[in-house]
Order: sequence, then C-alpha cells, then structure tokens
Amino acid sequence: MNMISDPRERLVVIGNGMAGMRTVEEMLRLEGGDRFRVTVFGAEPHVNYNRIMLSSVLAGDKSVDDIVINSREWYRDNDIALLTGDPVTRIDREARTVTSANGVTVPYDRLLIATGSRPLAPPIPGLSLPGVCAFRNIADVDKMLESARTQKRAVVIGGGLLGLEAAWGLKQRGMSVAVVHLMPTLMERQLDAAAGQLLQRDLDRRGIAFFTEGLTESITGSNCADGVQLADGRFIPADLVVLAIGIQPNIDLARAAEIEVNRGIVVGDDMSTSDPNIFAVGECVEHRGQVFGLVAPIWDQAKVCASRLTGDKTALFASRELSTSLKITGIDVFSAGALMAADESDDEITLRDNKHGLYKKVVLRDGKMVGAVLYGDVADGSWYLQLMRDKTDLSAMRDRIVFGRAFAEAGSVKTSGPDVASMPDDAQICGCNGVSKGGIVRAIKEKELTSLSQVRAHTKASASCGQCTGLVEALIAHATGVMVEKKVPALCDCTSAGHDEIRKAIVADGLKSMKDVRDAFGWKKPDGCHKCCPALNYYLLCAWPGEYHDDAQSRFVNERVHANIQKDGTYSVIPRMWGGLTTPAELHAIASVVEKFSIPTVKVTGGQRIDLLGVKKEDLPAVWGDLNKAGLVSGHAYAKGLRTVKTCVGSEWCRFGTQDSTGLGVKLEKMCWGSWTPHKVKFAVSGCPRNCAEATIKDLGVVCVEAGYDIVIGGNGGIDVRVTDPLVRVSSEAEVLEYAGAFMQLYREEAHYLDRTAPWIARVGIDYVKSRLVDDSAGRRALNARFLYSQQFVQVDPWSERVRGAESHEFARLPALTDA
Amino acid sequence: MTAIDWKNIGPLANIPVRGARRLCFGLGGRPIAIFRTSEDEVFALVDECPHRSGPLSEGIVSGHTVTCPLHNWVIGLADGKATGADEGETQTVPVKLVAGEVHVGVPKVLARGRV
Repeated sequence: MNMISDPRERLVVIGNGMAGMRTVEEMLRLEGGDRFRVTVFGAEPHVNYNRIMLSSVLAGDKSVDDIVINSREWYRDNDIALLTGDPVTRIDREARTVTSANGVTVPYDRLLIATGSRPLAPPIPGLSLPGVCAFRNIADVDKMLESARTQKRAVVIGGGLLGLEAAWGLKQRGMSVAVVHLMPTLMERQLDAAAGQLLQRDLDRRGIAFFTEGLTESITGSNCADGVQLADGRFIPADLVVLAIGIQPNIDLARAAEIEVNRGIVVGDDMSTSDPNIFAVGECVEHRGQVFGLVAPIWDQAKVCASRLTGDKTALFASRELSTSLKITGIDVFSAGALMAADESDDEITLRDNKHGLYKKVVLRDGKMVGAVLYGDVADGSWYLQLMRDKTDLSAMRDRIVFGRAFAEAGSVKTSGPDVASMPDDAQICGCNGVSKGGIVRAIKEKELTSLSQVRAHTKASASCGQCTGLVEALIAHATGVMVEKKVPALCDCTSAGHDEIRKAIVADGLKSMKDVRDAFGWKKPDGCHKCCPALNYYLLCAWPGEYHDDAQSRFVNERVHANIQKDGTYSVIPRMWGGLTTPAELHAIASVVEKFSIPTVKVTGGQRIDLLGVKKEDLPAVWGDLNKAGLVSGHAYAKGLRTVKTCVGSEWCRFGTQDSTGLGVKLEKMCWGSWTPHKVKFAVSGCPRNCAEATIKDLGVVCVEAGYDIVIGGNGGIDVRVTDPLVRVSSEAEVLEYAGAFMQLYREEAHYLDRTAPWIARVGIDYVKSRLVDDSAGRRALNARFLYSQQFVQVDPWSERVRGAESHEFARLPALTDA
Repeated sequence: MTAIDWKNIGPLANIPVRGARRLCFGLGGRPIAIFRTSEDEVFALVDECPHRSGPLSEGIVSGHTVTCPLHNWVIGLADGKATGADEGETQTVPVKLVAGEVHVGVPKVLARGRV
C-alpha cells in the first residue's frame, strides 16, 4: 500500500467484532472500497467471528471455523489492513491518530469505535482465581472446553440468556453443572415467572441444578477455585466457575480521549459521537439513554453508520421492538416487548398446557399488542413481533390472538405454518441480520437462488442464530414455487420422513420389508441410497426379529464381510476375547495364523483384544477357520453391535477389588454379543471406583462398590468425550444383567441409526431413560425380555457360518481370464 | 480410438444384485470392478475411488451409483464421476451383457500378453 499516493480517506476501526466489521461490510456494499482506506485493530488474535454462536461452539454443535464471518482472505481481497491481537490504547484527537499496545500509530480522517462490551464483574472475592472465567470470547470458550476435558463440576453464576447457554454447553461437554441466579426465576428480563419456571423445569430435567435467589458471596479456593459460597449459607463445590451476569460497555478508551460518555459512548441518531469525525456502533454505545446487548439493533446501527460515513446525510437510527430467543437445542423460547400488564387497563391473555410444556402470553394495550412471551411453541413469534411493530389494531381477533396466526386469522383459509405470502415486504424475517421479506424475495428472484444455503450466502438471513430458518425456507418456497421439505430432518434425500416416523410406521403398520417401507413413504429412489439402505435394514431387523431377513447388499462392507476394511482394501480380523481373557491355546492359534497367512501387523487394541491387520479378503474364511478351531469367534469389531466388554481383574486378584468384575464382564459379553444396534456399543466393568476399566466413558459401564454395582450409561471416549450419567445402583449381578438387556433394547428400539448412546441420551434426556429403566420395573423387564428374544436369532458366529460355506460368493474371486 | 477386445468373464449370476465384484485382471495394472444394479444392468469402472483409491467394488450400490466404503463418496456408475459436492472421476470400462454373460472390453494392446 502506497501511503502517499493513495487518494482515499483513512478510516480506522477500533474493534474487529461483529458491529465494527458489519459497518465496514455495509460500507463496501454501498461504495466498494473506493472511498476509504480501512485499517482495523482487534484486541483478540482472531479474525472476525460471530460471537452469538460461541454457545454453539461450546455445546459442540459448531466449530470455531464455522463461526468465522470474514476470513483473512476477505480482508486482503478488500484491501483492509487488519491488526489482530493488538488493542488500541490511545486516541489522539488533536493529531487524529490512534496508537496500539504494540506501538503502531495510524492516522485517521474518520474513526469508528466498536470496542463492544466486557463482562460485568462485581467485587466478589476469589474472582481472579484460576478456574474462574467469563463467557465472552473464544479464549473463554477454550478455557471452558479445557476444563470440561479434565474436570467434573461447573458452576455458572447468572441465569440469564448467556448463563443458561453456557450451562447447557458445559452440560453437553459432560460436566455436572449448577446455575446460581440472583432472582427467583430464570431469564427474568425476557420471561415472566410462568415461562421462567417452565424453562427451569425443562433444564432441570436435562440435569442442570439450580440455585435461585442465590447471592454469590465469594468464590472459594486457595490456588484455584474450588467452590461458590452463597450468602444464605449454601455452598456449591466447583472446578470451574463461569461468570455470566451481564455486560458493560467498553468506554475507557473514549473517556480517556474526552469523548462524551455516560453508561456507554454517547451517540446521536447518526451514530456520531461528540467528536463529529468519530463514530461508534455496537455494545459500546449509548443512544437516547439506551445501551444494547442484542444483535438486531446493532445491525441497524451498522447500516446507519455506513450510510453516514459514505456521505448520506439522512440515515437515522431508531431502536425498535426487539425479540430474544435462547440457543438451547430443543428448548424454544420467544419474548418481545412487555412481559406483563403494566396496569389494569392492559389486557393480558395466557394459554398454558403443562403436559406439553406450552405457554403463551400476549399483552395488549388499547387493542394493540405490546408484548408476547412464548414457551415451547414459538412459531408465531415473528408474527407477533410484526404486529407489535406495525401497531396493528387487533380488537377484531382479540379472543383468538393467543392461539396463533393460523387460528386467529381463520376464515382466510390458511393451512399451517407461517403465512409468508400475506406478509408485507418490510416484515422483518431475520432479526439478527435485519433482513426483510422484500430483501429476501428480491435476492431469490434476481440471483435465481433456490436453496437455504444460497439465500444465507447472499442475504445473511438465518445465518446467525438460525431461529428464522423455517421462515426463510417458507419464503424460498413462496418465491420459487418449490416446496422445501422441512421440520424433522429427513432420514436421507430419498424421503421427507424422519427416523422416528419411519420406525413407528414399521411397527404400527406391520411393514416387513424395505419395499413395504419405501412404498408406504413414497421413496424417491427405488433402491434407496447408502444412507437409508443400512438404516432401514437395521430398523426392520430390530422390529421383526426372526422374521426379517437381513439384506447383505444394504450393509456397509464391514458388516457384509465380517471384517474391518482398511485404507488399502485389506481387512482386519479381531477375535472375541471374553472380558479381555485369553488362553495359551488361543494365543498359539493366533500366532500360527499370523505366520501361515503372512499377516503383516498384530496389534493389541484398546478394547483388550488382538487385532490382525492386513488380511486379504480371499484369505478371510481360511483365517477364520483356523481361529475357530481354537474356539475363537468373531469379535464383531466391525459391527454396529456389541464390541468389547473391557474389565479389570477385580476381586479375584486385585487388593482393591470389591466384586468379580472380570466374571461379570464375561457374563455381560456372553449375553449381549451378536446383537445389532444403531451404532457400535462398548461396555466396561471396573472392580472398584478406581475404575481401571474406564467404565465411565463407555456406552454402559458398571463400577463395582462394596454395596453392589453402580450402572452408568451414555459415555463416549471418541471425538466428543462424554462422561456417563449415573443410572442406578443395584445389589446383584442378575440385576446388572437385566438392566443391561433393557438398556440395549431401549437403545435399539428408540435411537436413530448411527446415533451412539451418548448423543441419543443427550437428545432424549437421562431422566427419560431413567423413567423407562428405573422407575418402570415392569417396562424394564419387558424390554429385557424382548432383547433376550431377539438375541436367540443372532448369536451364531458369523465366521464359522462362512467357514462352512455361507455367502461363499462374497469371498470367491471371479474366474480368471485367459488371453483370447 | 483404440480397438478393444471383448472378454467374457462369465455369467451375470456371479455378481450379486445391487453389488459388485472385482475382476482378477486389471487395466494397465489397475483393478476393475463390475457392478450389477437392481434392474440387472451392468457397469464397469476402474476399481479405485477418485478420492483415496478405495475399492468401489465393496461399496453399497443403489440406482446408478455406488458409495465408496472408505469415505462415502458417491460415484456414478455410467460416467465414473463423483456426484454432489465432490469432484473427481474414475475411468469407465466398456462392458456388455451377451446372453446372460458379462463381456468386458479391454484395449487390444493391454489385452495381448496378459494372462
């Protein structure tokens, strides 16, 4: 960049966050890069990312890469100088320069302050201890993830939007989580007491503990936080404490430069500060006495500021009615405007359905809507918000308004879902990005967009929090005339039906073949695809044991040939070693087979067995034959079924062992081997709480104690490490076996194909699983009985079947050709 | 175009419906996969996924596509091209059904001298 000959004005942006960069984006959209040479300073070492989505990163739904808004290439392509990890420390208004912590001084013609906010931190003793963090940036999330990997207990201080999202994310990462909240109900600024209570009940069911009306007195610990002490005497032990009680504008820099500040940096309707060459946007500003924490008005500010910077003298910012929502999977919350009637002349209408966890409330004033709180079903939220903004007179539909649009407008003959056709063009669809219906429809038509991802790319609608995805899809359908299949994710592209719907129909309608299922649901491809073939095959196998015939061609190669394909097309062979036990005869057999077939690699697995790697497909039956002779059978190391039961030596040898963990492991393995499941299943049995068999990261683990057996479920040691949830403590091996059988069957009958137990339990909730297995003993016995019934059809060693000639065509080569 | 020799590799029944078999001789040292669809059509491709050379003959066949067992690339049987967002192409091999027997076309120069 040639500093002297560049004729453009110099714009310096302090803050590489959402507000500042949105303003730059809007400016580029208005004028390209012709007017300003832009320099951006960011305190964080990262490129510009979507801070709203940090909770999704924490919960594991998105990666950091997913939430990057603009990559470094984008800055380069738009000729923007980006200095990350280098906060500005001084503004010199006389000289019109800014100076950074690293000592870089850059002159400006116009300056944009977008320094955002920082977490509110009251003077609580212990706040500076290691193990305490906020929930504000990527570094905080990294800290929380690191803690979730190595530690168990988290306490979140603050039961507002941010605190609850932090709590849910940490819970998803396997920590036990408690939330301390100063007020009697959660999210009291967005929800009335009734909705707040429903929210607390649902989160409580998902295993988060709550300490409401809890005033934090101190965070305890000497070298590192070890708990939270409340003023009323309650104490909560903690390895990690997350402070999420609110934010305050970052105004120090502006104040030092003697720019007018109050709670925030004071700006006018044109977004300029008390210095006409200096503008400010985002969470650092105060406009007409109001400060901002939600993204929608900040996008409006960015638009106005960009227009002003590029010479428009008319653009004005005005704050509008706002709505909020919570990003916790499966919990739908919407709120806008007043939470309750201000006085007797206001009209408050509520609808409450405790069984289904639904709650709706609207507040009317002079026949117009001034507030809405929705819990459980938020489909009408955007419609209510529009009614509030438009100040629509609702007197005629007052009695029906709480039932939602479809009912309130009955007579205009609408089927279901939001009626996008009748929305005005200026109806706001995406609150996060300030995109109206007209903007989306225009983009769809002009650029011939057909998919959600294209619309997101071009308009940003639904690209931030994603809550308006349904509306955007409806608009695409409306504008293109093509219906977008939606709601429950479909099993695959061959159908619009979801897993649960299909599983139900298989049982209820007696569908007994793949063809039955495909006909019943109108499959798009007669053969299905690589996603639905194995899924349907499994669902039918599970629903009709002994009746349905397995379809080998619908299986992934490993389950078809009963070995694990490797990157070079050879296979690995792992014989079962019950509970990790083996004998000299077995080891001899393994050694000879390795020598005889020149098997290149022999490896001890993490599941306490021996893996023979690099076996050629045509050698498999002969290898198995030799192993069978020594009594070794398939270890199903290739199957979506029971893999290993890892054990420690237990009371037979170990001086700490409390029960015969090895023996119990063998019994579990003998009971459960051979069964097909939605995904692989791993068990472990530890003989004492030292847990040498690592039972707490298995699908089902048993930890023996003097008093009996603790059964734990839903653990995982893979990409997303998840510690098990405790299920129950029982006193006998027979009970362990009954619980294990019932757990296997519940998982087999209700999880989606390719769901491990951990995500399945995260989805349905441990309390649901407990209600089926612990609270309902008759149901548990019935599940176990169904499991044992289905086991009698599958406990046949697939290797010996094939050694005897079954499926021989699979392993035979096609006849060799001779030259013509 | 190079002249080709048609080689009879035996009855269609040797290949499972919605399945495939790998051929014992290769094309210039590369293995060949013969596919059979639910409609009893046959296709032949070099048995290497364009992605990481996975054995397509071990994949799940549905309609006119096969899914590579290594990383789930979906390859068109007729043109050997990756479908969806993936890009790549494996070589197709001429193949036809004559009276229930599968005939594979191999370039004369390669066929000669190979056993």
